[in-house]
Amino acid sequence: MTQANPAPAARKPAGRASYELDDRLKAYQGVWVFIEHEQGHVHPVSWELLGEGRTLADTLGVTLSGVVMGAPGLPTRRFCEEALFHGADNCYLIADSVLASYRNAPFTLGLTHLVNHYQPEILLLGATTQGRDLAGSVATTLETGLTADCTELSIDMDNRGLAATRPTFGGSLLCTIVTRNYRPQMATVRPRVMAMPARDPSRSGHIIEFPLDMVEDEIVTKVLEYLPDQTQGKPQLPFADIIVAGGRGLKKPENFQLVWNLARVLGAEVGATRPVVQANWVDSERQVGQSGKTVRPKLYIAAGISGAIQHRVGMEGADVIIAINNDPDAAIFEFAHYGIVGNAMTILPALTETFRQQIALARKAG
Amino acid sequence: MHIVVCVKQVPDSAQIRVHPVTNTIMRQGVPAIVNPYDLFSLEAALQLKDRHGGRVTVISMGPPQAEAALKKCIAYGADEAILVTDRAFAGADTLATSFALASAIRQIEKDLRVDLVFTGKQTIDGDTAQVGPGIARRLGMQLLTYVSQIDTLDLDAGNIRVRRRAEGGVQLLETRLPCLITMLEGTSDMRFATMENMFRAARYQTRIWDKDAAGIEDTGKIGLKGSPTLVSKVFAPKPLSRRADIIDTESHEPRDLALTLVGKLFTQHPELRDSLAQQDA
Repeated sequence: MTQANPAPAARKPAGRASYELDDRLKAYQGVWVFIEHEQGHVHPVSWELLGEGRTLADTLGVTLSGVVMGAPGLPTRRFCEEALFHGADNCYLIADSVLASYRNAPFTLGLTHLVNHYQPEILLLGATTQGRDLAGSVATTLETGLTADCTELSIDMDNRGLAATRPTFGGSLLCTIVTRNYRPQMATVRPRVMAMPARDPSRSGHIIEFPLDMVEDEIVTKVLEYLPDQTQGKPQLPFADIIVAGGRGLKKPENFQLVWNLARVLGAEVGATRPVVQANWVDSERQVGQSGKTVRPKLYIAAGISGAIQHRVGMEGADVIIAINNDPDAAIFEFAHYGIVGNAMTILPALTETFRQQIALARKAG
Repeated sequence: MHIVVCVKQVPDSAQIRVHPVTNTIMRQGVPAIVNPYDLFSLEAALQLKDRHGGRVTVISMGPPQAEAALKKCIAYGADEAILVTDRAFAGADTLATSFALASAIRQIEKDLRVDLVFTGKQTIDGDTAQVGPGIARRLGMQLLTYVSQIDTLDLDAGNIRVRRRAEGGVQLLETRLPCLITMLEGTSDMRFATMENMFRAARYQTRIWDKDAAGIEDTGKIGLKGSPTLVSKVFAPKPLSRRADIIDTESHEPRDLALTLVGKLFTQHPELRDSLAQQDA
């Protein structure tokens, strides 16, 4: 399996440079982003993808389109307009009552028909439970290439192909994957990997409606009920402004309390590395990294974290990174903005107290 | 009832190291394991068998040594194991893999009708989560991904009710058999292998299928030829050019270090200071 076991370097570097697209495939043009929504809310990853899609479309000199599928009515139309505000030139809309809640079969059929009819060269989806479910089915139906969980997307101007880069081997290495003689080129990207584009409500464009061609009787799977999550008390790491995270350097589960203490003073979420989660010090919802959550906070404080690639890919998008580690050669000092070489168990309490005082001072001054 | 569980042998990624000079994967000594996500699906299949009876067949596509992963599954309580292995599969991406596995499952069906197929939600080496949906599509089965619980299975009526994890909640879904399920992690603990099953696994003759035995005629659909995607390069992440501003004080006292750090942070990033000051005390 190529994505898991990349070809050894001795083999010729296939995929680079020269291949000629079939004439049939040259007709495929434009960049599409699938706009995912649930319970009346668009998943923010869709807007992040429009930001990235805008860059790809501009590089290729083609149109950027959103694709909205859902029940007829006001919200789906509004989602189309929001797609335009977030960078799309136009938006396709499949509105049908059978699309009221996400189900694999009707969404696969609708998106497949739409792709075959309008022929985009690139199709991007969020790497979410919905996006991954749909992308795998659509790519198989279209028999085209799909690259999961990309961290970087670019255009190879030699052949106008999409170069999709993703971590491999548990995040120890990166690989760039190309889709040769198949269109569209499909990719999924996890939430918070790409930056959120600015919203511009003065933007406008066409909303192009397309029929679904499927009735409820033809759909085998029924949604009996939808139970929304109790979000209260659940960690919301991907969208936290400040995260304090701890790693194995904290030595003992009791010491992790120091991370919680600092987080409370900062109004921050608590994050953790994979070893700490595997040792059951904290809930797996709090794992940051390749096999956990990707985060983009304004401030990330890493205590007792060495900075393994598996962790780094999940948090290097933070605006400011502070690292505390007793090993001056720890990898985390290569990409943190501020570092303290020292014992996290003594630095964390001092930092907690200092932040408490300094925030109180700033509050008085403000 | 007949359940097919697809498993993959993977290197234990927690133990993979990259050579610091050549930037290549150091495979030596890295143990091969059954993909941990597959075990949640195997356990779910075995629980259904406990309740409803029937047969659990495990299947894997991979090199000859992947037989070890299948024997492990026999030790856990699977009834039959089939290894689909052929040099012609080399270089397969997820599309070519789902083609080969779907074809093999069709062959299995000739022996005994398949009611349910399970795959892991993803592997720990590829992390794509694409092979399960691909197999379902090719077999024309209903697809239920990220299932956290199987509520009811009614074999007479031929339907199943599950809870599926969505982004902001849980869907209660009902569908007809046959269908393909990928289980969410943490749904159950893998049972221990019994002594009896371990002995059985040691003696068990895994069925080895090449592409012909798996019913594959079109070699354009498998291996490198059947793979739209291609790895164009593998590389180590670039070290970032920045190097942390290491806070140092004469005293090296934690309190002085903390004060210097927070002072710098608030001076260089006043927006952080302001937003912290505006939070509720």
